[in-house]
Amino acid sequence: MPETPQNTNLPYAIRAYSPERLREALKKMYLVRKFEEGAEDSYMRGLIHGTMHLSIGQEASAIGSTMALTDEDKITSTHRGHGHCVGKGADLGKMFAEFFGKETGYCKGRGGSMHIADPSKGNLGANGIVGGGLPIAVGAALSAKRLGTGAVTICFFGDGANNEGAFHEALNMASIWKLPVVFVCENNKYGMSTSTERSTAVKNIAERAAAYSMPGVTVDGNDFSAVTEAVDAAVERARAGDGPSLVENLTYRWRGHSKSDRNRYRTKEEINEWMGRDPIPAMAKLLMEHHIITEDGVAAIEAEAEKIIKDAIEFATNGPDPKVEAVTRDVYTTEATA
Amino acid sequence: MNAQNEPEIRELSYAEAIREAMDIALEADPSVLLMGEDIGVYGGAFQVTGDLVEKYGTDRVMDTPISELGGAGVAVGAALTGLKPIFEFQFSDFAALAMEQIVNQAAKVRFMLGGSVSVPLVMRFPAGSGTGAAAQHSQSIEAWLGHVPGLKVVQPSTPEDAKGLLLAAVADPDPVMIFEHKLLYKMKGQVPGGHYTTPIGKAAIRRVGKDVTIVATSIMVHKAMEAAEQLRADDIDAEVIDLRTVRPMDRDTVLSSVRKTGRLICVYEGVKTLGVGAEISAMVAESDAFDFLDAPIVRLGGAECPIPYNPELEKAVVPQMPDILAAARDIVKGRV
Repeated sequence: MPETPQNTNLPYAIRAYSPERLREALKKMYLVRKFEEGAEDSYMRGLIHGTMHLSIGQEASAIGSTMALTDEDKITSTHRGHGHCVGKGADLGKMFAEFFGKETGYCKGRGGSMHIADPSKGNLGANGIVGGGLPIAVGAALSAKRLGTGAVTICFFGDGANNEGAFHEALNMASIWKLPVVFVCENNKYGMSTSTERSTAVKNIAERAAAYSMPGVTVDGNDFSAVTEAVDAAVERARAGDGPSLVENLTYRWRGHSKSDRNRYRTKEEINEWMGRDPIPAMAKLLMEHHIITEDGVAAIEAEAEKIIKDAIEFATNGPDPKVEAVTRDVYTTEATA
Repeated sequence: MNAQNEPEIRELSYAEAIREAMDIALEADPSVLLMGEDIGVYGGAFQVTGDLVEKYGTDRVMDTPISELGGAGVAVGAALTGLKPIFEFQFSDFAALAMEQIVNQAAKVRFMLGGSVSVPLVMRFPAGSGTGAAAQHSQSIEAWLGHVPGLKVVQPSTPEDAKGLLLAAVADPDPVMIFEHKLLYKMKGQVPGGHYTTPIGKAAIRRVGKDVTIVATSIMVHKAMEAAEQLRADDIDAEVIDLRTVRPMDRDTVLSSVRKTGRLICVYEGVKTLGVGAEISAMVAESDAFDFLDAPIVRLGGAECPIPYNPELEKAVVPQMPDILAAARDIVKGRV
């Protein structure tokens, strides 16, 4: 994967990826941010019901972690999964249409924000159950190994999931069977309101990798290059048949856990400090420093992302609603006789 | 594999019939694999997988750690991505450890994703009481899973159906839960050779009669048949229906029978209230078959307690043949 030049003084991402791919990554980060801002705005205006879990502030983790994947590779995602969908190449119009509950959405309006998936691109779906995707990712990796597809699975999960039994069972099985899966923990410091300090016996979640005989690293999850460096190495290891790894991306969600969050468990100072570590300008700065893009180029990418989001909302708004008569249609593949 | 090529019908035990079905499935389709606790060299807690590991190796007859939740989830993920796992729970009670993956994932993924995926997963559950294993190894939980849209739930009562329903489950694109009664594993019966399927969602009329319909599940079918034979002495002609599938339930077969006999007894081992019998009864009560009833419906189900250890107590908490006999006499003689 590494391209020109082989100068080890350069940040990993600059060495490993073409300028074109890096500009595309920046665009995807803007898309995630603007998708979620658009979703928030649509919610305020009453166009979206239910709840949503925004990942604003975590874009480097989602986009950086999916850089090395092809459409054959799989991901499992979380309730805070919009970034993972974009990273895996999802269509923003179909994502918004799902949010709006339309027949034209990824799940035909049956799933909503928490279940957006695109199996044709290897995205096995977000999951409403904390830790729900962990064993499923191991199963996808088992298929890849048995069927010899060469595919790698990235399993996204949050810090909250690391205290679920499913986490421990999944890591253990991935390790004993040496499966091609990368566990990417997006540690945004809080499982809803409970901090990792209060919930988790180890300082860094990556330390738990040792219990399952796999490499574990903790990186600055707001640093795009650091994320790609750690995850790409783990993907390469998985693809080579050397088994699973755990990567912990330290990051922060600017917004509350969900719409009901009153932010009583953290301080304004903490939120402001993390907002000062916005991963998107940091990525733009990195690319500008290495002459991959100009300031005008960044502005143009941001404007392009805004336009895509505007069109996506329009596509979603104009889409047909699902038919009530067809609500049970996809419960079974073949119609049950009951 | 049609009947002309494989005409032989042999006597096999229920466990042997299940093993033969798995053997056929493994042989026919390289994407099929068995997963479960101690199903490899040990042969399974009830020796159902037996020596299949010798023929197919540990990659296709996979021992899992004692991790029911994780193991079930791995099976779901594998089923979503090209494999067809047949997952054995050591005891059906242990499904409680894996309900998250069975109920929130396997059953719902297709629906939640708007029909873009299927979960071709088979789960096998050794179930029921009678082995002296007490409250955590003896339950009948088919009604729990029967309550979940997205799952199909079957309860074979004969070796022939144990094989046919398993092969039907393997061919089915959706998750199928198979409840196998542990006391039936050694029961012998006539089993056709080769590949055949028993339709999911179709009950079987095991005995034709005109005076009372007894709808039974799993091992209760045999107790009902025994009762039906004895009822001849009372000049009572009982029709015995083997429900075979709990979800989706075979409405037509049950209703037609009740329209004919005018009397209904439901017999099942699971706890009586909110169980399979409630659904059968409601199905009749909500239909025109209700107008044909000459007596109130009778449910014979498990007692309202966990399965006890003491053998006399254990027998007492699930319906036995004399209970069915007495219920049939009462219902026909208007004593209900």
